[in-house]
Amino acid sequence: MKAEQNTSMDILLKGIWKENPVFVQVLGMCPVLAVTNSVINSIVMGFATTFVLVMSSFFVSLFRKLIPRQVRIASYIMIIATFVTVAEYIIQAISLEVHKSLGAFISLIVVNCIILGRAEAFASKYPVKEAVMDALGMGAGFTLAVLSLGVVRELLGNGTLAGVSIMGPSFEPWSIMILPGGAFFVLGAWLLFFNWLRERAKRQQERVMV
Amino acid sequence: MHMHGTGHHHPSAGEGGDEVSSWRMILTMGTIGLLAGLLIVVTYQLTLPIIEQNKAQYLQRAIFDVLPGASRKRAFIVEKDGRLRPEQGKEKHGYKVYAGYDREGRLVGIAIEAKGQGFQDVIQLIYGYDPEREVIVGMKVLESKETPGLGSKIETDPEFIANFKALEVKLKPDMSDLEHPLEMVKKGQKTAAWQIEAITGATISSRAITHILLKSSREILPLIRKNLDMLKQEAP
Repeated sequence: MKAEQNTSMDILLKGIWKENPVFVQVLGMCPVLAVTNSVINSIVMGFATTFVLVMSSFFVSLFRKLIPRQVRIASYIMIIATFVTVAEYIIQAISLEVHKSLGAFISLIVVNCIILGRAEAFASKYPVKEAVMDALGMGAGFTLAVLSLGVVRELLGNGTLAGVSIMGPSFEPWSIMILPGGAFFVLGAWLLFFNWLRERAKRQQERVMV
Repeated sequence: MHMHGTGHHHPSAGEGGDEVSSWRMILTMGTIGLLAGLLIVVTYQLTLPIIEQNKAQYLQRAIFDVLPGASRKRAFIVEKDGRLRPEQGKEKHGYKVYAGYDREGRLVGIAIEAKGQGFQDVIQLIYGYDPEREVIVGMKVLESKETPGLGSKIETDPEFIANFKALEVKLKPDMSDLEHPLEMVKKGQKTAAWQIEAITGATISSRAITHILLKSSREILPLIRKNLDMLKQEAP
């Protein structure tokens, strides 16, 4: 990959589509499977992760020349853990109910490998502006991914979207969808769909070249 | 862990090629730690008053939810020796019960907090007790981590919540125990006023609620009955 082609916009967009952290890199599966049982949970988890991603990428990039290689992972983890703690307090201040329903998964953002992965693979090697763009793109890609699981699971598993009844009172919810098993089914279906799209685009490109 | 997943890996200084003194590593980690600590303390201080206010509001709403007809409340502290005394100002510690009064100042009931083991983690709840009729008049789960969609129905299922509109918790004359201990039955099989109908598919969580209520009512209701005269006065 040529570095000079990486304009800010490309960096931002690649996280959403070409290198989507969930659907392409298949990273951060724990929150993707665990908290996508409702739309609200998905949105909050997506935003919290994006916040941590952007802030930690910013500081990792800012300090990248000062942090010795030998202690870089420990330093990144410290920076990430700090912003996760900050995010947890903020969520608690905004809504206790949301904090309650996400439970331990907010603290577990610390071990989301998307964040450490971006710090190590990108933010520690690029200037602040690119690092923040990359984090924003990856965060948006992650948010879209958890949201696409959350929408399907809440709609089928509870007949609602963000708590608003969609399917009507006669709808019999598929309880499996909001249980862990449903998360695997929906993730599998989305992966299948995105890979099919990608394959089709590749085939069309080949046809044009021929 | 998957680190170089995206092909942006630039050739950088070889592993271990550049020697760095130990004290520089310690200094770096120490500085980051110090800054991190500062940031966390500042956030904690800024959000603490809002979080405490949220918690107080949440509890306040729950108290009036489980005591239908109440419009005012007064907190009492349960002392370790089993006596009750009115709360003075805002006390942070001690086990509290809340007496609710209607507009005329009559005692409507007492809201009692209780907790116990659920399916996955501790369930915290609050329930309202009407000493006049000796029934539980409301129950609300304050905190639980039950399975979403199944156990979590203890918070949302209207039929389950309807169990706690007039649940008999009559004490024996000597107050040693309940006349009829609370028990759980399958859905649709309720025959007596002290039975709780379980949620289909969430038997463990339903049983947990039954146990928490039974244990708490055995412990607290005798205390409440002994101190009823004090609880009936809204103003000190």
